[in-house]
Amino acid sequence: MHSEVTVTVNGAPVVVPSGTSVAVAIVMAGQACRRSVSGEPRGPLCGMGICFECCVAINGNRHVRSCQLLCEQGMEVATEKCIDE
Amino acid sequence: MAAAACAAECGVRVGMVDDNPSLGGQIWRGESDGQHHPDASKWVRRVRRSGAAVLCGWRVVHQPEEGVLLAENLSGFCELKYGKLVLAPGARERFLPFPGWTLPNVMGAGGLQAMVKCGLPIRGKRVIVAGTGPLLLAVADYLRKHGAEIPLICEQACWRSLAKFGLALVRWPAKIVQGLRLKFDLAGVPLAANSWPLAAHGETTVERVTVSRAGRVEDIPCDYLACGFHLVPNIELPLLLGCAVGNGCVQVNEFQETTSSSVFCAGEPTSIGGVELALIEGQIAGLAAAGRTREARAWFEKRKKARGFAQLLDRTFRLRTELKSLSRSETVVCRCEDVSYSRLRQHTCWRSAKLHTRCGMGSCQGRVCGPMTQFLFKWKPDSVRPPVFPARVESLAALARQLEGQPTAK
Repeated sequence: MHSEVTVTVNGAPVVVPSGTSVAVAIVMAGQACRRSVSGEPRGPLCGMGICFECCVAINGNRHVRSCQLLCEQGMEVATEKCIDE
Repeated sequence: MAAAACAAECGVRVGMVDDNPSLGGQIWRGESDGQHHPDASKWVRRVRRSGAAVLCGWRVVHQPEEGVLLAENLSGFCELKYGKLVLAPGARERFLPFPGWTLPNVMGAGGLQAMVKCGLPIRGKRVIVAGTGPLLLAVADYLRKHGAEIPLICEQACWRSLAKFGLALVRWPAKIVQGLRLKFDLAGVPLAANSWPLAAHGETTVERVTVSRAGRVEDIPCDYLACGFHLVPNIELPLLLGCAVGNGCVQVNEFQETTSSSVFCAGEPTSIGGVELALIEGQIAGLAAAGRTREARAWFEKRKKARGFAQLLDRTFRLRTELKSLSRSETVVCRCEDVSYSRLRQHTCWRSAKLHTRCGMGSCQGRVCGPMTQFLFKWKPDSVRPPVFPARVESLAALARQLEGQPTAK
């Protein structure tokens, strides 16, 4: 197992230690996970799969809770901002 | 984990389904190496040795018929058949709305801890910890050990009830040791009682927090605000399975069996009592589900004592009424649908608010704003409907096929 994995967040590569959640990779990339219905930037709140504020698209699968998923090598993460654009 | 291990050790066939990416729930998240909690690695090893089949990263979304659960993960869905079922869905944090609480980097106290456990670098960051409950101290200690600077811990309870709490701990010597160790480890970190956040400020993320510190208003700069107001049981899945609930907790008999036949429940959903009580209840439920009622009975005395601690928590960390007036008119209460406090105030019940404003009808299905409106407006939640979590279209299509009597794809 690699000790580091590289994922892309909105196309930009982010290197994280293995065992890092996708939500953490997004915060480390300085991105908001989603825009609320009135356009506010939102990041993770509960960190444990309850609040759905960290939902993003993973490898094209939309509406995935990024806090409950660990980073895998080559994973493509798109926050809502990028999906809509 | 305790239920699965105990039942499997009795020789019955056990499958364990966990929504989390690895074993250990929230308290022991990322602790299978036992670095901070030796008990965690002990239980992980015991589960592995017991022969229980473990499915991590799967969440149960529905029970299409009695004895069958539908679960899904990122790549698909599956049906799980059971003879006996032990539910242990744990608890979540209670959040309260105040201006700025929706800013990125304002998280739950346990929420931020979970993020750090999942790799968030916290070294050198300033974290204000606020809310209520023993979790605040544990979180502050954990973050500090990982290099965070804690300018202040705000506890809404008053010194008097905290002092009473400390004195009552005499019945649980192990908790006193834990408490003293925390106090020692947190030396130099200011802990303020009668204190709570008034507002969080910042452009794109939180930059400073205004707090009411024992009656004085203060502005404190920070990188994160970790804010949780004790815990709320996760009762959605038990409700879906028809288990009776009273006072927000799943009702169980002495063997942890719910009012729904063959369904047991253990841990925080039956009462917020912490990891010790959860482990005892899990062992009772696992043994009872495997038919070993005599062995289960051996845990009753310990459970009684641990339940007393749950009642003490409940008394000590009751929310003060001042917290009801933190919201301004425009403060968002329902984060999924951006419903403001002023729009909700026009309604008299949860259902009316849902129908007119979509409050509680977003992705979290009211898991965040439900307990808030219960505190703010005394609204009672409605019944739970399937799917209990947002589900993939593929899973729903499989359900529909089943209803029509056609074979499912998987």
